[in-house]
Amino acid sequence: MNTLRRLVIALALLLAGTAAALHPKDFQNPEEEARYRALAKELRCVMCQNQSLADSPAGVADDMRQQVLALIREGKTDAEVTAFFKARYGDFILYRPEVTPVTWALWFGPALLLLVGAGVVVSIVRRQKTNAPANPPAEDRQEW
Amino acid sequence: MGRWLPLGVFLALAALLGAGVLMNAGKTQTEIESPLIGQPAPDFALPDFADPVTSVRKADLLGRPYLINIWASWCASCREEHPVITDIAQSGRVHVIGYNYKDAPDDAARWLQQFGNPFHRIIVDAEGTAAIDWGIYGAPETFLVDANGIVRWKHVGPVTPDVVETQVWPLLATLEAER
Repeated sequence: MNTLRRLVIALALLLAGTAAALHPKDFQNPEEEARYRALAKELRCVMCQNQSLADSPAGVADDMRQQVLALIREGKTDAEVTAFFKARYGDFILYRPEVTPVTWALWFGPALLLLVGAGVVVSIVRRQKTNAPANPPAEDRQEW
Repeated sequence: MGRWLPLGVFLALAALLGAGVLMNAGKTQTEIESPLIGQPAPDFALPDFADPVTSVRKADLLGRPYLINIWASWCASCREEHPVITDIAQSGRVHVIGYNYKDAPDDAARWLQQFGNPFHRIIVDAEGTAAIDWGIYGAPETFLVDANGIVRWKHVGPVTPDVVETQVWPLLATLEAER
């Protein structure tokens, strides 16, 4: 019984430790925390460029997260916060690029390719249907 | 005819990927194009390295072009580019401002003692907060700001003699002609 209790306490401490690692900032209220987290996911870490600010352990990412929080506390809207970073680091900072003529290929290219592929498959299937002999050979059931 | 189609598609794809590789050859893959080019340099007031009580402001540097070089003692590539930066400073064509980024003053002083101090002035951004305004994301980075305080050029990574020959000197010549 004693061992079990110790185990539970150890587990609780372990979980508390993880929770502390995920909450490095002192948030004033849950809304602030939610906005901070959402923004940190939307912004790209400029150092390790395949990670969002939320995922990145880089020093500059932490500076930028700090800046995000400071801007939220100044009363800036989410759009103003992203605009702040866009003015300094360019479109690249947005983890989800904006839909502009330049990024159309990026946004709609995959769907277009999928449509083209589907068209090719359909045409092949149709052609094989028309080419197939109308009456299947008599010994169609043969195992080889 | 139909059996050549896959080969045709393959060749087209190969050409597309090949063009991508060629277009990116020799570029720093992690370089982010700065939206500050052609824009006024951000306002700043940062401590002077030589005299940390006084702060250097953007307005203090106006009136002639300056090259601003982001460096730190922890940055290995800064050591590599330091002779090139020194050459630019010694040419006397442009003031070179050092931007000591997220560094400890003692370490920075030791580094300068060891490798030489070519800088006209050094400003200190120990926390890296002002760096966000410049869109700085690492060291070394180098900006060229003209006499009116407009950012004209940015280079990410070590400045090489080739970069100086092909980019810095021609741009400085343009700035000198503008005046």
